[in-house]
Amino acid sequence: MGLLQIIILVLVALSATSVVLTRDPLPQSMAASFYGLLLGILFFIFQAPDVALSQIVVGAVALPLMILLALAKTRGRAE
Amino acid sequence: MTVLPYVVAAWLFLIGLYGIVTSRNLIHLVTCLAVTQSSTYLLLLAIGYQEDATAPIFGDIPMDAEVVDPVVQAMTLTDGVVSVTVSALLLALAVQTHKRAGTLDPNALRALRG
Amino acid sequence: MSRRGRLFVFVAGALGISALFVWGFSGLPDFGVQPSVYGEQLSERAVDERHATNVVAATTFDYRGLDTMIEEFILFSAVIGILLLLRAQRDEEEDAPHDMAESRRPLPTSDAVRVFGLGLIGPTILFGTYVVAHGHLTPGGGFQGGVVLASGLLLVYLAGEFLSFERLAPEKLMEATEAVAAWTYVAVGLAGLVAGGLFLTNFLPLGRIGDVFSAGMIPLINVAVALEVAAAFVLLSDEFLEQAVLVRKRDRS
Repeated sequence: MGLLQIIILVLVALSATSVVLTRDPLPQSMAASFYGLLLGILFFIFQAPDVALSQIVVGAVALPLMILLALAKTRGRAE
Repeated sequence: MTVLPYVVAAWLFLIGLYGIVTSRNLIHLVTCLAVTQSSTYLLLLAIGYQEDATAPIFGDIPMDAEVVDPVVQAMTLTDGVVSVTVSALLLALAVQTHKRAGTLDPNALRALRG
Repeated sequence: MSRRGRLFVFVAGALGISALFVWGFSGLPDFGVQPSVYGEQLSERAVDERHATNVVAATTFDYRGLDTMIEEFILFSAVIGILLLLRAQRDEEEDAPHDMAESRRPLPTSDAVRVFGLGLIGPTILFGTYVVAHGHLTPGGGFQGGVVLASGLLLVYLAGEFLSFERLAPEKLMEATEAVAAWTYVAVGLAGLVAGGLFLTNFLPLGRIGDVFSAGMIPLINVAVALEVAAAFVLLSDEFLEQAVLVRKRDRS
């Protein structure tokens, strides 16, 4: 397998670890967005452009958006 | 190095599971579950990948070209969409839990129930 | 259970799972060697049989169309569950939207964000439509394009126009769109049953390879899935947005 694949695979593993170890949900949603983007790049390299597109719109945009909105609800607003 | 994709897939599964077990916040837990689920995408695509083959899109390549497995890609595609809707459902549950119990910490929840 | 006890159970379980992984992965084909026979067959036949150059789309929406239909209904029922969970409960009331629009926004939207957001709406919708319409030819399709279309509508909110967002994408319309789109998939399948004798049999002309109007029913299903996914994501975001900015407990207000 190529060097590029190895690099991206290692980056994905590191990024997933950082997502899990970031305990505060707000910075974690940003880490998750970056992780989704990295996965998308990995899927492009694995010759799966359909899945990569889906991963980028869903993993890097839609899921972090939902998390942010849920956080906005549960974090105290100024009442 | 050819086992690396499988090792990374197993790592994603285990690290996500570790996050779920040790999580102190339900929203953090949902994100960890998303990481666990992403291990299945990597595993499926790694199984279907073929060295020196191109994506199964026959727009610009000859009909007899070597392409990677389209079946696992179709499975991963639907997998990802199911994953995000399940995450959204769990987030809605977390929001409701916060409304009822006033906390997102799963440990504190058990204390409330006695 | 104490944190340490829980961690101990996790480590024991993780070691067990790891052993299973090693056992299972050792039976897998080596990385990068061969595709499955099924996949190889589909790659060889899809262009001739279905006139779709994107074999992944042909697999998702035709050869394995039934799986995708069931998957679409997972999405459908998850959205229903979220709507039920997040609809205002009895002890809460929703503020009227204008209340929040004037006074409850933590920060006013800056002009730069507003102009940029409004300017992006058109290109985003156009790009989403393109991704959906060419799903059977190039990478893309209903799932990806649907989310892009939904984010185009969400840009209206980002530009600070919550009221316009509610007016552009009213809940009732989105709910109806989602339901009709979900059942359109079933209707296409039933039409195939009537015309060809089997559920989801192609009954439309296949057209010229590479044409936007080709590949039989795949573009039709793509459009249905795109509408379903777009409506689902707009509804989800709308519901979470309302939770975040509109609903508050009655006793506190």
